[in-house]
Amino acid sequence: MKVKQLSIFLENQSGRLAEVTGALGTQGINIRALSLADTSGFGILRLIVNDITKAREILHEKGFTVRETDVIAVEIPDSPGGLAKVLKALSETGFNVEYMYAFVQKSKENAVVIFRIESIDEAIKALQSKGVKILSAQEVYSF
Amino acid sequence: MIWDKEHECMPRNKLEELQLERLKWTVARTYDRVPFYRGKMDEAGVRPADIQSLKDITKLPFTLKDDMRANYPYGLFAVPLKDVVRIHSSSGTTGKPTVVGYTKNDLELWAEVCARFISAAGVTSDDIAQVAFGYGLFTGGFGLHYGLEKVGASVIPAAAGNTPRHLMIMQDFGSTVLICTPSYALYLGEAAKEAGIADKIKLKTGLFGAEPWTQQMKLEIEQKLGLTATDNYGLSEIIGPGISGECIESQVGMHISEDYFFVEVIDPDTLQPVAPGEKGELVITALTKEAVPAIRYRTRDITRLIPEPCICGRTTTRMEKVHGRTDDMLIIRGVNVFPSQIESVLLEVEGTEPHYLLVLYKEGVMDCLEVQVEVSEQIFSDKMKELRQLEETIKTRLQNVLGLSIRLKLVEPRTIARSEGKAKRIIDMRSDGGTQ
Repeated sequence: MKVKQLSIFLENQSGRLAEVTGALGTQGINIRALSLADTSGFGILRLIVNDITKAREILHEKGFTVRETDVIAVEIPDSPGGLAKVLKALSETGFNVEYMYAFVQKSKENAVVIFRIESIDEAIKALQSKGVKILSAQEVYSF
Repeated sequence: MIWDKEHECMPRNKLEELQLERLKWTVARTYDRVPFYRGKMDEAGVRPADIQSLKDITKLPFTLKDDMRANYPYGLFAVPLKDVVRIHSSSGTTGKPTVVGYTKNDLELWAEVCARFISAAGVTSDDIAQVAFGYGLFTGGFGLHYGLEKVGASVIPAAAGNTPRHLMIMQDFGSTVLICTPSYALYLGEAAKEAGIADKIKLKTGLFGAEPWTQQMKLEIEQKLGLTATDNYGLSEIIGPGISGECIESQVGMHISEDYFFVEVIDPDTLQPVAPGEKGELVITALTKEAVPAIRYRTRDITRLIPEPCICGRTTTRMEKVHGRTDDMLIIRGVNVFPSQIESVLLEVEGTEPHYLLVLYKEGVMDCLEVQVEVSEQIFSDKMKELRQLEETIKTRLQNVLGLSIRLKLVEPRTIARSEGKAKRIIDMRSDGGTQ
């Protein structure tokens, strides 16, 4: 139920994001989801890709600092109030969300939200017990 | 004015006699009292009795800053602590600072040699002197303070920082002498112009030191503050300020108080004396210091001696402005910074060999230091708050160790160029005052 995410350290400089996505794109890596957190000096780019091992290799070769983290992908009905329900379930179970980002699936009526949570296994169980639908890694990589 | 005509204008042969007598005294006393020096002299096979002429000084081993660090804190003291009435310290090459102590006589000597260069710069008891050096472990503030009092000037111990207050004091108290680093003098000059009070200040003399500066900078300061900018030299390992200073008459080279400090200039590679008047590393022996003797201390400062007599009437040898350093010490806003200090902090935080780059630049007229640290996979986190925490931790620790505010920048790996296996650690973009 866990999904692998790549985080990449970037200096806040024009062209850096293009360099990462370009390097991945030319070698056939498809980016499924993406978020960027930044300060005035640097940024952290987080990616869900279709082939994490290959993507990591490519980025390593380019000299980027990369880190792999487990995250959860939650499917949410693409309708008003969908996200609120999931967040309510999370807060009831007492788990703290480090960060999250969302994207919409092409072929379905649902949105997907990626959550970074500290105690991930417990969080998955708790969410499932509340009836929240958690996607498998395979489902996420092959949207 | 010449503060101590008898000694500052002494015939050279008389001066050399006095130097030899004092050299013998300090070598014998140091050998007796400081096991570290005794050990080094024994190892070199030289005894105090071997010093029969000034030339014999070359038989003695050199003393390095590392020796001071290795004997931290009191290992090189030649008197019991009950005879020590003051302790100062300066930044070490890594972690620990170097510690120096003063007996009552040492403090008297210190005030005396400061009074000499203060008088040489034209300052008298009619002057109002505003000290903008730090008062603390740094020797600059206290050294100048007591020298100025000895001369009889009205001393304002305004201390470092708080520019608006300095401008207010300068204007309201009618300061005629300014004491600070040359870069701060430039900064004050610009601030005074901005505040529109440049024509209301009465400064006539500047006593600037603690960092190297150029002739160009001197002209700029003089034009901005409407004063005569004079240079003086010293280092805490010897005594602090007071080793040498410029006379107002020639303003070329700094007169060395040679009756107290014996100077040599050596080639830093061969460690042999350079030809008279050639450039090299300054080596100083303190001839009368009691608490912490200094025998052939390698200053790492590059200069040359001017043996020709000066128009002012003093017979003492002059040294040129310091040209640079023979080690990697940087001087930033008057603060001594060693790259190894930065390295040890990073090593502590990261737990591995850090990759870093020091960028020195000017913000207006002030020296600034940016420390760039590569983000390795060990320290990288996908969580913003952890990275910002890391940034803050490194910055705070560096500032505590260096005693200097810095800019910290986390950078991507390999942003910092490695050349022939050894990374280039320093980029100095300062056009003047830089020592690299």
